[in-house]
Amino acid sequence: MGRVTPYKVFRAVALTVVVVALVAPLLWMIAASFKTNVDIYDSSKTFVFTPTIDNYTKVLQQANYLQFIGNSLWVAFAATALSLLLGVPAAYSMSRFGMRKSALVVLMARVIPGVSLLVPWYYVFSNLRMVGGFTVLILSHMFVSLPLIVYIMMGFFDGLPLELEESAQVDGLTPIGAFRRITLPLSAPGIATAGILSFIFSWNNFMFALVLSGADTKTLPVAIFDFVGYASIDWGGLMAASTVVTLPIMLIALFVQKYVVSGLTAGATKG
Amino acid sequence: MAVNPTTPTLEGDSAWSRWANHHRKWLFAAPAMTFVGALIVFPLAWTVYLSLTDAEGSVRAESEFVGFQNYLEVLSDTDRFWPAVARTVAFTGVALLFEVVLGMAIALLLWRPFKGERWVRVAILMPLVATPVAVGMMWRLIFDPNIGAANQILGWFGIGPQPWLAGQHSALPTTIFIDVWQWTPMVALILLAGLTSLSNEPDEAARVDGANAWQRFWHVTLPLLMPTVIVAILLRGIDALKTFDILYATKGRGGGSYHEVETLNVYAYGLSFDYNKYGISSTVLIIFFLIIIGSMWLLTSRNKKKDAQ
Repeated sequence: MGRVTPYKVFRAVALTVVVVALVAPLLWMIAASFKTNVDIYDSSKTFVFTPTIDNYTKVLQQANYLQFIGNSLWVAFAATALSLLLGVPAAYSMSRFGMRKSALVVLMARVIPGVSLLVPWYYVFSNLRMVGGFTVLILSHMFVSLPLIVYIMMGFFDGLPLELEESAQVDGLTPIGAFRRITLPLSAPGIATAGILSFIFSWNNFMFALVLSGADTKTLPVAIFDFVGYASIDWGGLMAASTVVTLPIMLIALFVQKYVVSGLTAGATKG
Repeated sequence: MAVNPTTPTLEGDSAWSRWANHHRKWLFAAPAMTFVGALIVFPLAWTVYLSLTDAEGSVRAESEFVGFQNYLEVLSDTDRFWPAVARTVAFTGVALLFEVVLGMAIALLLWRPFKGERWVRVAILMPLVATPVAVGMMWRLIFDPNIGAANQILGWFGIGPQPWLAGQHSALPTTIFIDVWQWTPMVALILLAGLTSLSNEPDEAARVDGANAWQRFWHVTLPLLMPTVIVAILLRGIDALKTFDILYATKGRGGGSYHEVETLNVYAYGLSFDYNKYGISSTVLIIFFLIIIGSMWLLTSRNKKKDAQ
């Protein structure tokens, strides 16, 4: 079977084109983040240049990115943890008791444009003088995380055999006890998938933070715009900032690839 | 399967525990449902109300009920609203078409195992986990007319520089390209999951009958994969209609100085937070929401009809 067929050659070439098309732009961004602005403007320095870490010192020190990294981490962790706390039991109920209508309401959130929630939220939370604080930001990110977690976990619970819980109840556990001691530990891979996906979506989220965050609470995707001026763009700083935002999430995806893929494709093959 | 209340239990035999176990269905669902009700259903209802008022300016300002006046105003606005509708439809339609065709091609290439599969899959995952705003900035540099790599590469082939994002007519196609670059992998992964779950038998039977690769794909694999294709189109289509991040990152407020990439979502955002015209923006959002629901319904009902045949 190790024969070289024309199809195999074609496939190797085609896949190389795909990989280069997808990865080269990212490498370009990372390369530019190690160039001075003078080198970025010089087309003879496209591939050969003297790398500098000035852009990164600028991003991390002057531009205060350490604080924004902290903000992004805090918002993503809090939104994910709270969404798991609310979403996992809810998904369990919806899966086990066939609450399909309630599930539909939660999943509607995937369809609603975020702006249509931002307007009322902005109304309410400005009157409560809460805009710019972490609470509102975390709540808004839960709007993305919670439906995602319910969606992934419902599919997971649907596939988990009922017999295990039933036999645990025969052995004397209450239904809630069976959920806590049998179902939850068995759901660890599903919870990991849902948690990782929720973290990625929250980390990447831009629009909610754009409206609801303040100077001290802004997250990384909003902070990127500090490098875009009205008259000119600090390309080196901008590419370093973009790399700082994107690289951690790409590294996470690299290490937990299996979970990310199963989360992204959840429910796709049930028809 | 009701639990016999006389069964001795190992733990928590208190009245509270019995009550909690009996009502666990709602106890488990209630916190999430409350959240959804308070932060999604209620705001949505408020958006409907706002769309019937002249709310504008400060969020503490008084507003008056104006009936359907906003709807008349928006629906007769050929200056900003209808062009935004056209751009939204064009952006979504063209991006989806490319993403599904290219995604299908990539999924087919990845279908059968090969050496180095793991690394190709990692490469495919990178664009779709990358932060969209950063992706927008990255392409902004690559497509910069003066210093970008895109024009440099065209130069090698003797093609003159293009304006890309800076051009009044080339900006929208360029943002579509960026969307295709970032989200084709998503469609490919979903379709690949579908392909992997298919049984080999129909394909083998067609092979025995002498069907060539294209015939087997078109007449055997694709019809079997259709439900997954519909799911991919639905999931991707909903997000494509709502695209905001890369448009804002590449063209800024209002979709550029000529509104060249102003889709409904960007328009509604601008009305709300650049102009504080909450009444009109709510109207645009309600119409936008109806468009999304409508296209979803069209897609799923056509799919169901096909199933019934």
